[in-house]
Amino acid sequence: MSEFLNFHFDVDGENFVSAGQASVQVKKNLRELGLPPEIIRQVSIAMYEGEINMVIHAGGGVADVNVYEDRIVIILADTGPGIKDIELAMTEGYSTATDNVRSLGFGAGMGLPNMKRYTDEMTIESEVGKGTTITMCVYLK
Amino acid sequence: MKISTIKELLNAEVLCGEALIENDVHSACGSDMMSDVLAYVKDQAVLLTGLVNSQVIRTAQMMDMVCIVFVRSKRPTAEMIAIAEECGLVVLTTNKRMYEACGTLYSSGLGVAKEL
Repeated sequence: MSEFLNFHFDVDGENFVSAGQASVQVKKNLRELGLPPEIIRQVSIAMYEGEINMVIHAGGGVADVNVYEDRIVIILADTGPGIKDIELAMTEGYSTATDNVRSLGFGAGMGLPNMKRYTDEMTIESEVGKGTTITMCVYLK
Repeated sequence: MKISTIKELLNAEVLCGEALIENDVHSACGSDMMSDVLAYVKDQAVLLTGLVNSQVIRTAQMMDMVCIVFVRSKRPTAEMIAIAEECGLVVLTTNKRMYEACGTLYSSGLGVAKEL
């Protein structure tokens, strides 16, 4: 494995107000590295969606962003309830979010599809009752 | 369209970013669902919303937006304004409802955001 820069965050699952702070920090870090704005936007939106998901569905988790020479890899891992049917969860508009979450402006069923849309690769590993790990990759073209 | 023109058209109050209101913007979107803002639009500069929470500011930040207009006289908290100020956003509030605010800006030449 080639050398890379790692940014690590603990995502607090109790606090919706602070959700997204890790993504804000990643955006700042990537800007400081001088990466192209479009790449930064792709990474930060995908990560932000993932971070929100972790807070509303999984009670938080850990986020790692690894910057390699040719790509950025985002790994979001939680020990939440897991995803029963990943294919269904990937369907645009499908959501298991509560009305409370919807009243906060999320839960339109666009999170996972959006994460896929903004990244070049995405894999979801999930086990019901154990948790979910999502790995996303954005190529530095 | 200049942000100052948006302010005039909507009879809006500037809550932060006064120094930036002569900047030009070319597109806008209106939604109370941040999920949809993150999903459906690209290169939009202005977000009109009736939703008030810290994720509105963060969504705007993630999407590289430059201005948020709160409709229906909604007012963000001082904490939200502070975050917005820190990331260089102009925040306006108008007493117009979403439909009228969007319609006014659209018919005055502010275009829609391009879809992905």
